[in-house]
Amino acid sequence: MVSRPHGGRLVNRVAKGRRRDALLEEAKELHSIEVTKNTASDIHNIAYGAYSPLQGFLLREDYEHVLYDMRLSDDTPWTIPIVLDVRKDEIQGVKEGDDVALTHEGQILAVMKVEEIYEWDKKEFARHVFKTEDPNHPGVARTYARKELLIGGPIDLLNPLKHPFDRYALTPLETRVLFKEKGWRTIVAFQTRNVPHLGHEYVQKAALTFVDGLLVHPLVGWKKPGDFKDEVIVAAYEALIKHYYPKDSVVFSVLWMQMRYAGPREAIHHAIVRKNFGCTHFIVGRDHAGVGNYYGPYEAWDLFNEFPDLGITPLFIRESFYCKKCGGMVNAKICPHSDEFRVRISGTKLRKMIRNKEKPPEYMMRPEVAEVVLSFDNPFVT
Amino acid sequence: MGEETVSIEISRELYEKVKKYIEENGGFSSVREFVEFVINEVLSTEEEASAGYTKEEEEKVKERLRSLGYL
Repeated sequence: MVSRPHGGRLVNRVAKGRRRDALLEEAKELHSIEVTKNTASDIHNIAYGAYSPLQGFLLREDYEHVLYDMRLSDDTPWTIPIVLDVRKDEIQGVKEGDDVALTHEGQILAVMKVEEIYEWDKKEFARHVFKTEDPNHPGVARTYARKELLIGGPIDLLNPLKHPFDRYALTPLETRVLFKEKGWRTIVAFQTRNVPHLGHEYVQKAALTFVDGLLVHPLVGWKKPGDFKDEVIVAAYEALIKHYYPKDSVVFSVLWMQMRYAGPREAIHHAIVRKNFGCTHFIVGRDHAGVGNYYGPYEAWDLFNEFPDLGITPLFIRESFYCKKCGGMVNAKICPHSDEFRVRISGTKLRKMIRNKEKPPEYMMRPEVAEVVLSFDNPFVT
Repeated sequence: MGEETVSIEISRELYEKVKKYIEENGGFSSVREFVEFVINEVLSTEEEASAGYTKEEEEKVKERLRSLGYL
């Protein structure tokens, strides 16, 4: 059986039917707060249950528990505070207990009951979540740019935004039904923000060998400059799956969620979210959700040991490389040969080749994938 | 023709409480709508806690999955 949702029940905060109509009518009269695209994606993830058991943005008690203990106040594992930041002037006249409308680009997106308004210490947030206060860290920089107050409380999604990749946008409910229909009982999820090279393919297929199905689940949403654009990642995976994956054991879908680059904490978060999509296993590779040298290459693996109650099994798979002597992709645990035979697939090197419009060699990237990636004028976020 | 209905009695006190709640909080157009919503919530909690969805939802989802080519 697929994973039970985190916290026991899949949250559904998408208002429908007459209730939606009534809430929408009321929302027109409410104080409104404009939210960013990233916050809009959080609202969708709460509403459709990807962030179960969260019903809304964190209240102070949960916020502090998550920040300091990596758990909600009821002890459920949760590592990334999901918060809504506002300026004082944006909530002028709003009191705790009031309902507000959350808008995006002027359109009503959701309603929220403001149960609490509280201050936060961004440096404290950065120190705990990102393990650094360095503003050069992209997640820290974005934290410092956020507003001075937080508001917490449950939300109801009224007008879902059009998903940037509607064709591949499955909700947790939809993947759960899909897995059931396919007769899969064990499903491994692969989180990514990159175009696939042979190392990625190797870890996915290694994991798939031991379970019923694989969910390839790239993030679409905000990423730092220099990362691959969402449309490039999607097109590259379409090519890879078409040419190299058995159709009956792989599902490709995208998750609309920003990258935070919070390393180990984000690895746990990524696993929890995939548990809500019904996955039973989660691949944790080298430097998961890391950036620069802020985290140790396998630091995330250690953090998983602190969560025996996570409810999804992490699969720790070492960095793979091509071994000329073995004649294929291997990892340090299974290859006895020395460095002179090993060719590492460096993401930096790969990006440099693509930037220079050079086709990466076939031991690094499948030719069909390389062709797709190179077909974009600029495949990188600027 | 509308959906067949039955009558259920609840205490006046509870009825007034629900009415007041709706007046103050909105979200429901009548006490009947509120009661039906709560009953549905409780039933779905009990019956579908393990699956996370109702039979009806499942059929709708399957339809979308077919239209997208997943099934």
